[in-house]
Amino acid sequence: MTDFWLWIHALIPWFDGAIATILIILIKAIALVGPLMLVVAYFTYAERKVIGYMQLRIGPNRVGPKGWLQPIADALKLMTKEIIFPSKANIYLFLLAPVLAIAPAIAIWAVIPFDEGVYVTDLDISLLYVMAIGSVGVYGIILAGWASNSKYPLLGALRSASLLVSYEIVIGFALVTVVMIAGSVNLNDIVIAQKGGILNWYWIPLFPMMIIFFISALVETNRAPFDVVEGESEIVGGTHVEYSGMTFAVFFLAEYANMIFMAVLAVILFFGGWHSPFEGIAYLGVGFAWVPGIIWLLAKTTFFMFLYLWVRATFPRFRYDQIMRLSWKVFLPWTIAWIFVVALMTQLRIGPWF
Amino acid sequence: MINNIKKLVKDFSLAELRGGMKITAKEMVNKKITVQFPEERTPISPRFRGLHALRRYPNGEERCIACKLCEAVCPANAITIESEMREDGSRRTTQYDIDLFKCIFCGFCEEACPVDAIVETQIFDYAFVDSREGSIVDKAYLLEIGDKNEKAITDIKAEDAPYR
Repeated sequence: MTDFWLWIHALIPWFDGAIATILIILIKAIALVGPLMLVVAYFTYAERKVIGYMQLRIGPNRVGPKGWLQPIADALKLMTKEIIFPSKANIYLFLLAPVLAIAPAIAIWAVIPFDEGVYVTDLDISLLYVMAIGSVGVYGIILAGWASNSKYPLLGALRSASLLVSYEIVIGFALVTVVMIAGSVNLNDIVIAQKGGILNWYWIPLFPMMIIFFISALVETNRAPFDVVEGESEIVGGTHVEYSGMTFAVFFLAEYANMIFMAVLAVILFFGGWHSPFEGIAYLGVGFAWVPGIIWLLAKTTFFMFLYLWVRATFPRFRYDQIMRLSWKVFLPWTIAWIFVVALMTQLRIGPWF
Repeated sequence: MINNIKKLVKDFSLAELRGGMKITAKEMVNKKITVQFPEERTPISPRFRGLHALRRYPNGEERCIACKLCEAVCPANAITIESEMREDGSRRTTQYDIDLFKCIFCGFCEEACPVDAIVETQIFDYAFVDSREGSIVDKAYLLEIGDKNEKAITDIKAEDAPYR
């Protein structure tokens, strides 16, 4: 893939040095963020369609053929709507909050390896970077709750903060087990360590961790059934109450970008990233060798994104104290216990994973 | 003890979550029941009581003889009738107004009418143009509705006749 960057360099020979570097960074960023925003837009469409189908409805089908232009229409509507500032809100913080929400949601994508060597940056501590930037994202929500100077957003912000504190620990411990097996905190190396077919991926030795990670990801991204931060029926709309138009749209983008990110992260940590599931199997492995790795990654990610919608269509919202109990009394002991199990497995060298 | 272990196994195998998700997955591929309203319509009973209409005889003569039974029976006082003698000596209405805001669509007017002049059609997707006065429909409007839908009205009345 370094060839690709050399090719880009060759494409713009009249630039050199600093300008070329900046240009390449810019191209990388656009190549990442553009498709990401498109996926986010159509993810909202997919959400409405899938949930509609699960409720025996047919979902949006009026704008464009089969409703395919619905997200575009939604985006146009949100862009043209007026932004209303609450009269007693702190306008600077009020406007800073959506920026603080979207910036980490996009920056976090920088370390994701999409294929062998396809990434924006190869950070040696990329998993730590993911943890760190992921935690920053919640500042946007907390700040939004505080700056709105309104009671429901503040309640939402408090819930968001406490959920983050509880589930960041669980996610952290779940990631530790992955790191223990892979022997690296570099996402690239973690995927390479899972080389081989579907049986070599980490979802087998870390099956409970995978489920815990996925459920924690639901909490982290404020998704149903853990969407107490928004909680339409309890606290109206949580931190989004006072936001309208584009400011709301930015929160929305950040939330969905985070969801897709968590799906990609689950694939990278537990489902072998860009590796084909048929690798090493006699005929299937050769037959599917032509499929580029990024297709496998996207296919697996799509499954996890579908799982988000599936879960949302199925389960009612958890009560707030039940979510807390789940974190501290169920997930935390399990993750810590599994760290010892993994340590044992590593020492005894069980299976193809260690 | 055994029950506790059973419960523990059930909880940690996420049995109930999987059961719930199985149901939604099944419903996802089931046939959808949405009716796309303007293009598709649900079936309407012949006894459906919608917008009113004034009918005519096949020779073009209006049926209403201004007996004012409908006005008298109307529980909501929605009907206003004024009548006069026509040149040929028959009694006819000069004004026949129904206030559709007052009307409760009970169908009493239709039952009271001795000549089947006022009927309620299956039309329900009508709209008032403007505010208060827009809701009052006059004789010309009602006759027009009747003229336009004479075939449909005769059909549904014939369909319902055996049960009346």
